[in-house]
Amino acid sequence: MPRLTKDEKPAVRFTLNGRAVSPEAPPRMLLSDLLRHEIGATGTHVGCEHGVCGACTVQVDGAPVRACLMLAQQAQGCDIRTVEALAEGPELSPLQAAFREHFALQCGFCTAGILMTLDALFASQPEADEATIREALSGHLCRCTGYAPIVQAALAARNRIKGGPIDA
Amino acid sequence: MKPAPFDYVAATDLSEALDALQEGGSDARVIAGGQSLVPMLNMRLARPATLVDITRIPELSRIEAKGDQIIIGAAVRQATLESWPDLADRLPLVRAAISWVGHTQLRNRGTVCGSVAHADPSAELPLCLLALGGTVTLRRRRKTRTVAARDFFQGMMSTDLAPGEMITSVSIPARKQGTGYAFREVARRHGDFAIVACAAIARPDGSSTLTVGGVADTPQTLDLPADTTGRDDRLNEFAWHLQARDDLHATARYRRDLVRRLGRTTLKEALSCRD
Ligand SMILES: Cc1cc2nc3c(=O)[nH]c(=O)nc-3n(C[C@H](O)[C@H](O)[C@H](O)COP(=O)(O)OP(=O)(O)OC[C@H]3O[C@@H](n4cnc5c(N)ncnc54)[C@H](O)[C@@H]3O)c2cc1C
Ligand code: FES
Ligand code: FES
Repeated sequence: MPRLTKDEKPAVRFTLNGRAVSPEAPPRMLLSDLLRHEIGATGTHVGCEHGVCGACTVQVDGAPVRACLMLAQQAQGCDIRTVEALAEGPELSPLQAAFREHFALQCGFCTAGILMTLDALFASQPEADEATIREALSGHLCRCTGYAPIVQAALAARNRIKGGPIDA
Repeated sequence: MKPAPFDYVAATDLSEALDALQEGGSDARVIAGGQSLVPMLNMRLARPATLVDITRIPELSRIEAKGDQIIIGAAVRQATLESWPDLADRLPLVRAAISWVGHTQLRNRGTVCGSVAHADPSAELPLCLLALGGTVTLRRRRKTRTVAARDFFQGMMSTDLAPGEMITSVSIPARKQGTGYAFREVARRHGDFAIVACAAIARPDGSSTLTVGGVADTPQTLDLPADTTGRDDRLNEFAWHLQARDDLHATARYRRDLVRRLGRTTLKEALSCRD
Protein backbone atom coordinates (compact mmCIF):
# COMPACT_ATOMS: atom_id res chain seq x y z
CA MET A 1 0.00 0.00 0.00
CA PRO A 2 1.30 3.49 -0.78
CA ARG A 3 2.31 5.92 1.90
CA LEU A 4 -0.38 8.26 3.20
CA THR A 5 1.13 11.65 3.81
CA LYS A 6 0.04 13.50 6.90
CA ASP A 7 -2.28 15.90 5.06
CA GLU A 8 -4.09 13.32 2.96
CA LYS A 9 -7.61 12.32 3.95
CA PRO A 10 -8.44 9.13 2.10
CA ALA A 11 -11.65 7.23 2.77
CA VAL A 12 -11.59 4.45 5.33
CA ARG A 13 -13.90 1.68 4.16
CA PHE A 14 -15.38 -0.50 6.86
CA THR A 15 -18.63 -1.93 8.14
CA LEU A 16 -20.26 -0.06 10.99
CA ASN A 17 -23.13 -1.87 12.69
CA GLY A 18 -23.81 -3.86 9.54
CA ARG A 19 -23.68 -0.90 7.15
CA ALA A 20 -20.81 -0.12 4.76
CA VAL A 21 -19.35 3.33 5.48
CA SER A 22 -16.41 5.27 4.01
CA PRO A 23 -15.67 8.42 5.99
CA GLU A 24 -12.48 10.35 5.33
CA ALA A 25 -9.66 10.48 7.86
CA PRO A 26 -6.10 11.79 7.99
CA PRO A 27 -3.52 9.35 9.42
CA ARG A 28 -3.48 10.99 12.84
CA MET A 29 -7.23 10.67 13.45
CA LEU A 30 -8.26 8.18 16.15
CA LEU A 31 -11.06 5.69 15.50
CA SER A 32 -12.98 7.16 18.47
CA ASP A 33 -12.95 10.60 16.84
CA LEU A 34 -13.87 9.19 13.45
CA LEU A 35 -16.92 7.50 14.97
CA ARG A 36 -18.02 10.50 16.99
CA HIS A 37 -17.10 13.49 14.86
CA GLU A 38 -17.10 12.27 11.27
CA ILE A 39 -19.93 9.74 11.48
CA GLY A 40 -21.85 11.23 14.40
CA ALA A 41 -22.08 7.92 16.26
CA THR A 42 -21.74 9.51 19.68
CA GLY A 43 -22.83 6.47 21.68
CA THR A 44 -19.14 5.59 22.01
CA HIS A 45 -17.71 7.80 24.74
CA VAL A 46 -14.21 9.14 25.26
CA GLY A 47 -12.76 9.50 28.74
CA CYS A 48 -9.00 9.27 29.00
CA GLU A 49 -7.58 8.64 25.52
CA HIS A 50 -4.89 6.42 26.88
CA GLY A 51 -6.59 3.08 27.17
CA VAL A 52 -7.31 3.13 30.88
CA CYS A 53 -10.99 3.93 31.36
CA GLY A 54 -12.68 1.70 28.78
CA ALA A 55 -15.42 4.22 27.88
CA CYS A 56 -14.48 4.06 24.18
CA THR A 57 -14.59 0.25 23.90
CA VAL A 58 -16.07 -0.99 20.60
CA GLN A 59 -16.01 -4.38 18.87
CA VAL A 60 -13.60 -4.83 15.98
CA ASP A 61 -14.20 -8.11 14.16
CA GLY A 62 -16.05 -9.33 17.23
CA ALA A 63 -13.37 -8.50 19.80
CA PRO A 64 -13.69 -5.61 22.28
CA VAL A 65 -10.92 -3.03 21.80
CA ARG A 66 -10.19 0.58 22.72
CA ALA A 67 -11.31 2.93 19.93
CA CYS A 68 -9.05 5.63 21.38
CA LEU A 69 -5.96 3.45 20.77
CA MET A 70 -6.76 2.62 17.16
CA LEU A 71 -6.00 4.90 14.25
CA ALA A 72 -9.04 5.47 12.06
CA GLN A 73 -7.00 4.22 9.09
CA GLN A 74 -6.47 0.91 10.90
CA ALA A 75 -10.22 0.25 10.64
CA GLN A 76 -9.83 -0.32 6.88
CA GLY A 77 -11.80 -3.48 5.98
CA CYS A 78 -12.88 -4.20 9.57
CA ASP A 79 -16.30 -5.07 10.91
CA ILE A 80 -17.03 -2.61 13.70
CA ARG A 81 -19.91 -2.67 16.17
CA THR A 82 -20.76 0.07 18.61
CA VAL A 83 -23.42 0.45 21.28
CA GLU A 84 -25.81 1.76 18.60
CA ALA A 85 -26.02 -1.83 17.29
CA LEU A 86 -27.52 -3.32 20.44
CA ALA A 87 -31.14 -2.11 20.57
CA GLU A 88 -33.72 -3.15 17.97
CA GLY A 89 -35.48 0.14 17.33
CA PRO A 90 -37.04 1.18 20.66
CA GLU A 91 -36.54 -2.35 22.04
CA LEU A 92 -33.55 -2.63 24.41
CA SER A 93 -31.39 -5.73 24.06
CA PRO A 94 -31.60 -8.21 26.98
CA LEU A 95 -28.24 -6.92 28.19
CA GLN A 96 -29.34 -3.29 28.08
CA ALA A 97 -32.66 -4.17 29.73
CA ALA A 98 -30.82 -5.94 32.55
CA PHE A 99 -28.65 -2.87 33.11
CA ARG A 100 -31.77 -0.76 33.43
CA GLU A 101 -33.52 -3.17 35.81
CA HIS A 102 -30.49 -3.54 38.07
CA PHE A 103 -29.56 0.15 38.23
CA ALA A 104 -26.25 -0.74 36.62
CA LEU A 105 -25.82 2.80 35.32
CA GLN A 106 -26.13 6.25 36.76
CA CYS A 107 -24.46 8.90 34.62
CA GLY A 108 -23.99 6.34 31.84
CA PHE A 109 -20.58 7.56 30.79
CA CYS A 110 -18.95 4.14 31.17
CA THR A 111 -21.97 2.14 30.01
CA ALA A 112 -21.49 1.93 26.25
CA GLY A 113 -18.01 0.48 26.63
CA ILE A 114 -19.07 -2.00 29.29
CA LEU A 115 -22.00 -3.18 27.17
CA MET A 116 -19.71 -3.82 24.19
CA THR A 117 -17.29 -5.83 26.34
CA LEU A 118 -20.09 -7.92 27.88
CA ASP A 119 -21.86 -8.39 24.55
CA ALA A 120 -18.63 -9.80 23.07
CA LEU A 121 -18.05 -11.94 26.16
CA PHE A 122 -21.50 -13.56 26.04
CA ALA A 123 -21.22 -14.09 22.28
CA SER A 124 -18.06 -16.15 22.76
CA GLN A 125 -18.79 -17.56 26.25
CA PRO A 126 -22.54 -17.74 26.89
CA GLU A 127 -21.79 -19.63 30.13
CA ALA A 128 -19.24 -17.12 31.48
CA ASP A 129 -19.09 -17.37 35.28
CA GLU A 130 -18.93 -14.46 37.69
CA ALA A 131 -15.12 -14.53 37.88
CA THR A 132 -14.88 -14.32 34.09
CA ILE A 133 -17.40 -11.46 34.04
CA ARG A 134 -15.44 -9.59 36.71
CA GLU A 135 -12.20 -10.14 34.83
CA ALA A 136 -13.75 -8.69 31.64
CA LEU A 137 -15.11 -5.74 33.64
CA SER A 138 -11.67 -5.04 35.09
CA GLY A 139 -10.94 -3.23 31.82
CA HIS A 140 -13.55 -0.58 32.65
CA LEU A 141 -13.80 2.23 35.17
CA CYS A 142 -17.15 3.27 36.58
CA ARG A 143 -17.18 6.20 38.98
CA CYS A 144 -20.87 5.95 39.91
CA THR A 145 -22.20 2.48 40.59
CA GLY A 146 -19.54 0.74 42.68
CA TYR A 147 -19.65 -2.14 40.14
CA ALA A 148 -21.88 -4.49 42.19
CA PRO A 149 -25.05 -3.63 40.21
CA ILE A 150 -23.09 -4.04 36.96
CA VAL A 151 -22.05 -7.56 37.94
CA GLN A 152 -25.65 -8.34 38.91
CA ALA A 153 -26.98 -7.03 35.63
CA ALA A 154 -24.38 -9.04 33.72
CA LEU A 155 -25.34 -12.24 35.55
CA ALA A 156 -29.03 -11.60 34.95
CA ALA A 157 -28.44 -10.89 31.27
CA ARG A 158 -26.34 -14.02 30.91
CA ASN A 159 -29.11 -16.15 32.41
CA ARG A 160 -31.68 -14.58 30.12
CA ILE A 161 -29.74 -14.94 26.91
CA LYS A 162 -27.95 -18.20 27.63
CA GLY A 163 -28.20 -20.52 24.67
CA GLY A 164 -29.95 -18.00 22.43
CA PRO A 165 -28.39 -15.47 20.11
CA ILE A 166 -27.58 -12.30 21.97
CA ASP A 167 -29.39 -9.47 20.31
CA ALA A 168 -30.91 -11.18 17.33
CA MET B 1 -4.66 14.79 23.63
CA LYS B 2 -4.46 14.08 19.90
CA PRO B 3 -1.43 12.82 17.98
CA ALA B 4 0.72 15.29 16.07
CA PRO B 5 0.52 14.71 12.29
CA PHE B 6 2.51 11.82 10.79
CA ASP B 7 2.75 9.90 7.53
CA TYR B 8 1.31 6.40 7.65
CA VAL B 9 2.49 3.32 5.78
CA ALA B 10 0.32 0.21 6.08
CA ALA B 11 2.89 -2.30 4.87
CA THR B 12 1.56 -5.41 3.17
CA ASP B 13 4.87 -7.26 3.11
CA LEU B 14 8.10 -7.20 5.03
CA SER B 15 10.20 -5.47 2.38
CA GLU B 16 7.75 -2.55 2.21
CA ALA B 17 8.02 -2.13 5.96
CA LEU B 18 11.82 -2.37 5.95
CA ASP B 19 12.10 0.16 3.09
CA ALA B 20 9.86 2.64 4.90
CA LEU B 21 11.83 2.22 8.14
CA GLN B 22 15.14 2.64 6.35
CA GLU B 23 13.92 5.76 4.56
CA GLY B 24 12.48 7.29 7.72
CA GLY B 25 15.54 6.58 9.88
CA SER B 26 15.17 7.67 13.48
CA ASP B 27 11.98 9.65 12.70
CA ALA B 28 10.13 6.51 11.62
CA ARG B 29 8.56 4.10 14.03
CA VAL B 30 6.82 0.76 13.88
CA ILE B 31 3.20 0.69 15.02
CA ALA B 32 2.03 -2.78 16.01
CA GLY B 33 -0.92 -3.06 18.40
CA GLY B 34 -0.63 0.61 19.30
CA GLN B 35 -1.49 -0.11 22.93
CA SER B 36 1.63 1.64 24.24
CA LEU B 37 2.44 3.83 21.25
CA VAL B 38 -0.96 5.46 20.71
CA PRO B 39 -1.19 6.67 24.34
CA MET B 40 2.31 8.17 23.83
CA LEU B 41 1.16 9.80 20.57
CA ASN B 42 -1.99 11.11 22.23
CA MET B 43 0.03 12.65 25.05
CA ARG B 44 2.60 13.82 22.48
CA LEU B 45 5.37 12.01 24.32
CA ALA B 46 6.19 10.58 20.89
CA ARG B 47 6.07 12.57 17.63
CA PRO B 48 7.32 10.28 14.88
CA ALA B 49 7.28 11.64 11.31
CA THR B 50 6.27 8.25 9.88
CA LEU B 51 4.44 5.28 11.34
CA VAL B 52 4.90 1.91 9.69
CA ASP B 53 2.01 -0.44 10.44
CA ILE B 54 3.23 -4.05 10.41
CA THR B 55 0.07 -5.83 11.54
CA ARG B 56 -1.15 -6.68 8.02
CA ILE B 57 2.01 -8.51 6.98
CA PRO B 58 1.00 -12.17 6.63
CA GLU B 59 4.52 -13.57 7.16
CA LEU B 60 4.68 -11.91 10.59
CA SER B 61 1.34 -13.30 11.75
CA ARG B 62 2.47 -16.82 12.58
CA ILE B 63 3.17 -18.82 15.71
CA GLU B 64 5.50 -21.69 14.77
CA ALA B 65 7.06 -24.54 16.72
CA LYS B 66 10.55 -25.32 15.40
CA GLY B 67 12.21 -28.04 17.41
CA ASP B 68 12.29 -26.84 21.00
CA GLN B 69 11.70 -23.19 20.04
CA ILE B 70 8.37 -21.42 19.74
CA ILE B 71 8.66 -18.58 17.24
CA ILE B 72 6.16 -15.75 17.53
CA GLY B 73 5.92 -13.28 14.64
CA ALA B 74 5.76 -9.52 15.17
CA ALA B 75 2.11 -9.23 14.12
CA VAL B 76 0.86 -11.91 16.54
CA ARG B 77 -1.53 -10.33 19.02
CA GLN B 78 -1.29 -11.17 22.71
CA ALA B 79 -4.87 -12.53 22.57
CA THR B 80 -3.91 -14.83 19.70
CA LEU B 81 -1.07 -16.32 21.72
CA GLU B 82 -3.36 -16.55 24.75
CA SER B 83 -5.76 -18.75 22.80
CA TRP B 84 -3.07 -20.77 21.00
CA PRO B 85 -4.11 -24.38 21.77
CA ASP B 86 -0.54 -25.54 22.58
CA LEU B 87 0.25 -22.69 24.97
CA ALA B 88 -0.28 -24.58 28.24
CA ASP B 89 1.77 -27.54 27.05
CA ARG B 90 4.62 -25.72 25.28
CA LEU B 91 4.89 -22.43 27.19
CA PRO B 92 3.38 -22.92 30.66
CA LEU B 93 5.15 -19.86 32.06
CA VAL B 94 3.74 -17.59 29.37
CA ARG B 95 0.33 -19.10 29.87
CA ALA B 96 0.44 -18.27 33.57
CA ALA B 97 1.66 -14.73 32.88
CA ILE B 98 -0.31 -13.57 29.88
CA SER B 99 -3.66 -12.93 31.52
CA TRP B 100 -1.82 -10.36 33.69
CA VAL B 101 -0.91 -8.27 30.63
CA GLY B 102 -3.33 -5.35 30.80
CA HIS B 103 -6.97 -6.18 30.16
CA THR B 104 -8.49 -8.40 27.51
CA GLN B 105 -9.52 -5.29 25.54
CA LEU B 106 -5.81 -4.37 25.28
CA ARG B 107 -4.57 -7.89 24.54
CA ASN B 108 -6.99 -8.05 21.62
CA ARG B 109 -4.74 -5.51 19.85
CA GLY B 110 -1.39 -5.50 21.63
CA THR B 111 1.29 -7.74 20.13
CA VAL B 112 3.80 -9.99 21.89
CA CYS B 113 6.76 -8.42 20.07
CA GLY B 114 5.42 -4.89 20.66
CA SER B 115 5.56 -5.52 24.38
CA VAL B 116 9.15 -6.77 23.99
CA ALA B 117 10.09 -3.70 21.90
CA HIS B 118 8.50 -1.35 24.42
CA ALA B 119 10.49 -2.95 27.28
CA ASP B 120 8.49 -1.61 30.18
CA PRO B 121 10.24 -2.70 33.42
CA SER B 122 6.92 -4.09 34.73
CA ALA B 123 5.85 -5.90 31.58
CA GLU B 124 5.15 -9.60 31.89
CA LEU B 125 6.12 -10.82 28.42
CA PRO B 126 9.67 -9.38 28.40
CA LEU B 127 10.04 -10.94 31.86
CA CYS B 128 9.03 -14.37 30.52
CA LEU B 129 11.27 -14.01 27.46
CA LEU B 130 14.24 -13.22 29.67
CA ALA B 131 13.47 -15.89 32.27
CA LEU B 132 13.21 -18.60 29.61
CA GLY B 133 16.38 -17.53 27.80
CA GLY B 134 14.60 -16.46 24.60
CA THR B 135 15.96 -14.50 21.67
CA VAL B 136 14.83 -11.55 19.57
CA THR B 137 15.21 -11.53 15.77
CA LEU B 138 15.87 -8.09 14.31
CA ARG B 139 15.76 -7.11 10.66
CA ARG B 140 16.81 -4.12 8.67
CA ARG B 141 16.86 -3.87 4.91
CA ARG B 142 19.95 -5.94 4.29
CA LYS B 143 20.72 -7.44 7.64
CA THR B 144 19.21 -9.92 10.06
CA ARG B 145 20.55 -10.51 13.53
CA THR B 146 19.47 -12.50 16.55
CA VAL B 147 20.06 -11.15 20.03
CA ALA B 148 19.63 -12.93 23.37
CA ALA B 149 16.90 -11.35 25.51
CA ARG B 150 19.45 -10.59 28.24
CA ASP B 151 21.43 -8.42 25.80
CA PHE B 152 18.37 -6.93 24.14
CA PHE B 153 16.91 -5.28 27.25
CA GLN B 154 19.31 -2.49 28.16
CA GLY B 155 17.37 -0.28 30.53
CA MET B 156 14.00 1.20 31.28
CA MET B 157 12.20 1.18 27.90
CA SER B 158 15.54 1.01 26.21
CA THR B 159 16.71 -1.83 24.01
CA ASP B 160 19.31 -2.82 21.45
CA LEU B 161 16.92 -1.92 18.59
CA ALA B 162 18.65 0.42 16.11
CA PRO B 163 17.02 3.08 13.86
CA GLY B 164 15.74 1.51 10.66
CA GLU B 165 15.47 -1.86 12.38
CA MET B 166 12.46 -3.84 13.54
CA ILE B 167 11.71 -7.01 15.48
CA THR B 168 10.38 -9.68 13.13
CA SER B 169 9.90 -12.37 15.78
CA VAL B 170 10.83 -13.59 19.21
CA SER B 171 11.83 -17.16 19.88
CA ILE B 172 11.03 -18.78 23.23
CA PRO B 173 12.37 -22.18 24.38
CA ALA B 174 9.49 -24.60 24.96
CA ARG B 175 8.82 -26.49 28.21
CA LYS B 176 11.48 -29.01 29.14
CA GLN B 177 10.74 -32.35 30.77
CA GLY B 178 10.98 -32.40 34.54
CA THR B 179 11.04 -28.62 34.80
CA GLY B 180 8.53 -26.58 36.80
CA TYR B 181 7.34 -23.09 35.87
CA ALA B 182 5.44 -20.60 38.01
CA PHE B 183 4.39 -16.97 37.70
CA ARG B 184 2.98 -14.62 40.33
CA GLU B 185 2.29 -10.95 40.42
CA VAL B 186 1.00 -8.21 42.67
CA ALA B 187 -0.66 -5.18 41.07
CA ARG B 188 -2.98 -2.52 42.46
CA ARG B 189 -5.87 -3.94 40.46
CA HIS B 190 -6.00 -6.85 38.06
CA GLY B 191 -4.69 -5.62 34.70
CA ASP B 192 -2.62 -2.79 36.14
CA PHE B 193 1.13 -2.79 35.66
CA ALA B 194 2.94 -5.07 38.11
CA ILE B 195 4.31 -3.66 41.33
CA VAL B 196 6.33 -6.86 41.51
CA ALA B 197 6.14 -9.81 39.10
CA CYS B 198 8.01 -13.09 39.68
CA ALA B 199 8.77 -15.92 37.28
CA ALA B 200 10.38 -19.07 38.68
CA ILE B 201 11.85 -22.02 36.83
CA ALA B 202 12.80 -25.16 38.78
CA ARG B 203 15.00 -27.72 37.03
CA PRO B 204 15.03 -31.53 37.49
CA ASP B 205 18.13 -31.35 39.75
CA GLY B 206 16.30 -29.00 42.13
CA SER B 207 18.21 -25.87 41.16
CA SER B 208 16.07 -22.91 40.21
CA THR B 209 16.02 -19.41 38.79
CA LEU B 210 13.90 -16.51 39.93
CA THR B 211 13.36 -13.57 37.58
CA VAL B 212 11.77 -10.43 38.96
CA GLY B 213 10.14 -7.57 37.06
CA GLY B 214 8.67 -4.26 38.17
CA VAL B 215 11.48 -3.29 40.52
CA ALA B 216 14.73 -2.56 38.66
CA ASP B 217 14.95 -0.93 35.21
CA THR B 218 14.96 -4.36 33.54
CA PRO B 219 13.93 -7.79 34.87
CA GLN B 220 16.67 -9.29 37.07
CA THR B 221 17.63 -12.89 37.68
CA LEU B 222 18.71 -14.87 40.74
CA ASP B 223 20.10 -18.40 40.38
CA LEU B 224 19.60 -20.71 43.32
CA PRO B 225 21.15 -24.11 44.05
CA ALA B 226 19.08 -27.18 44.95
CA ASP B 227 20.21 -26.91 48.57
CA THR B 228 17.70 -24.58 50.22
CA THR B 229 19.81 -23.63 53.23
CA GLY B 230 20.22 -19.88 53.38
CA ARG B 231 17.64 -19.33 50.65
CA ASP B 232 15.80 -16.60 52.55
CA ASP B 233 19.08 -14.74 53.07
CA ARG B 234 19.80 -14.89 49.36
CA LEU B 235 16.33 -13.64 48.56
CA ASN B 236 16.81 -10.80 51.01
CA GLU B 237 20.15 -9.85 49.47
CA PHE B 238 18.59 -10.01 46.01
CA ALA B 239 15.69 -7.80 47.14
CA TRP B 240 18.17 -5.12 48.29
CA HIS B 241 20.33 -5.54 45.21
CA LEU B 242 17.37 -4.55 42.97
CA GLN B 243 17.48 -1.01 44.41
CA ALA B 244 13.74 -0.55 44.55
CA ARG B 245 12.46 3.02 44.43
CA ASP B 246 9.43 4.70 46.00
CA ASP B 247 6.81 5.73 43.51
CA LEU B 248 3.11 6.47 43.22
CA HIS B 249 2.22 2.79 43.34
CA ALA B 250 4.35 1.41 46.16
CA THR B 251 7.21 2.19 48.50
CA ALA B 252 10.65 0.70 48.00
CA ARG B 253 10.25 -1.19 51.25
CA TYR B 254 6.97 -2.76 50.15
CA ARG B 255 8.59 -3.83 46.88
CA ARG B 256 11.52 -5.45 48.71
CA ASP B 257 9.11 -7.28 50.93
CA LEU B 258 7.18 -8.50 47.91
CA VAL B 259 10.39 -9.73 46.27
CA ARG B 260 11.17 -11.79 49.37
CA ARG B 261 7.69 -13.22 49.95
CA LEU B 262 6.32 -13.50 46.44
CA GLY B 263 9.72 -14.77 45.30
CA ARG B 264 9.67 -17.53 47.88
CA THR B 265 6.10 -18.60 47.04
CA THR B 266 6.75 -18.57 43.30
CA LEU B 267 9.91 -20.68 43.71
CA LYS B 268 8.04 -23.17 45.87
CA GLU B 269 5.29 -23.45 43.33
CA ALA B 270 7.77 -24.06 40.49
CA LEU B 271 9.57 -26.75 42.51
CA SER B 272 6.33 -28.54 43.31
CA CYS B 273 4.94 -28.54 39.76
CA ARG B 274 7.95 -30.23 38.07
CA ASP B 275 6.74 -33.12 35.93
C1 LIG C 1 -4.21 0.74 30.22
C2 LIG C 1 -3.05 -0.11 29.81
C3 LIG C 1 -2.61 -1.11 30.67
C4 LIG C 1 -1.54 -1.91 30.30
N1 LIG C 1 -1.14 -2.86 31.18
C5 LIG C 1 -0.09 -3.63 30.85
C6 LIG C 1 0.40 -4.63 31.75
O1 LIG C 1 -0.14 -4.83 32.84
N2 LIG C 1 1.48 -5.35 31.37
C7 LIG C 1 2.10 -5.15 30.17
O2 LIG C 1 3.06 -5.83 29.88
N3 LIG C 1 1.66 -4.25 29.29
C8 LIG C 1 0.59 -3.48 29.61
N4 LIG C 1 0.18 -2.53 28.71
C9 LIG C 1 0.92 -2.36 27.43
C10 LIG C 1 0.45 -3.35 26.37
O3 LIG C 1 0.78 -4.65 26.74
C11 LIG C 1 1.05 -3.09 24.97
O4 LIG C 1 0.29 -3.88 24.12
C12 LIG C 1 2.47 -3.45 24.70
O5 LIG C 1 3.34 -2.84 25.62
C13 LIG C 1 2.92 -2.92 23.34
O6 LIG C 1 2.53 -3.76 22.31
P1 LIG C 1 1.86 -3.15 21.02
O7 LIG C 1 1.79 -4.23 20.02
O8 LIG C 1 0.57 -2.51 21.37
O9 LIG C 1 2.96 -2.11 20.54
P2 LIG C 1 2.85 -0.59 20.06
O10 LIG C 1 2.10 0.22 21.04
O11 LIG C 1 2.39 -0.57 18.66
O12 LIG C 1 4.39 -0.22 20.11
C14 LIG C 1 5.08 -0.02 21.33
C15 LIG C 1 6.52 0.38 21.03
O13 LIG C 1 7.24 -0.70 20.46
C16 LIG C 1 7.67 -0.40 19.14
N5 LIG C 1 7.42 -1.61 18.35
C17 LIG C 1 6.27 -2.37 18.33
N6 LIG C 1 6.45 -3.44 17.55
C18 LIG C 1 7.71 -3.39 17.08
C19 LIG C 1 8.49 -4.24 16.24
N7 LIG C 1 8.00 -5.36 15.73
N8 LIG C 1 9.77 -3.86 15.95
C20 LIG C 1 10.28 -2.73 16.48
N9 LIG C 1 9.60 -1.90 17.29
C21 LIG C 1 8.33 -2.22 17.59
C22 LIG C 1 6.85 0.80 18.70
O14 LIG C 1 7.57 1.58 17.77
C23 LIG C 1 6.66 1.53 20.01
O15 LIG C 1 7.79 2.26 20.33
C24 LIG C 1 -0.89 -1.72 29.05
C25 LIG C 1 -1.35 -0.73 28.18
C26 LIG C 1 -2.41 0.07 28.55
C27 LIG C 1 -2.88 1.13 27.60
S1 FES D 1 -11.10 6.84 26.24
FE1 FES D 1 -10.35 5.00 25.47
S2 FES D 1 -9.91 3.92 27.24
FE2 FES D 1 -10.46 5.85 28.05
S1 FES E 1 -22.43 5.09 35.47
FE1 FES E 1 -21.28 6.90 35.76
S2 FES E 1 -19.29 6.16 35.36
FE2 FES E 1 -20.41 4.35 35.34
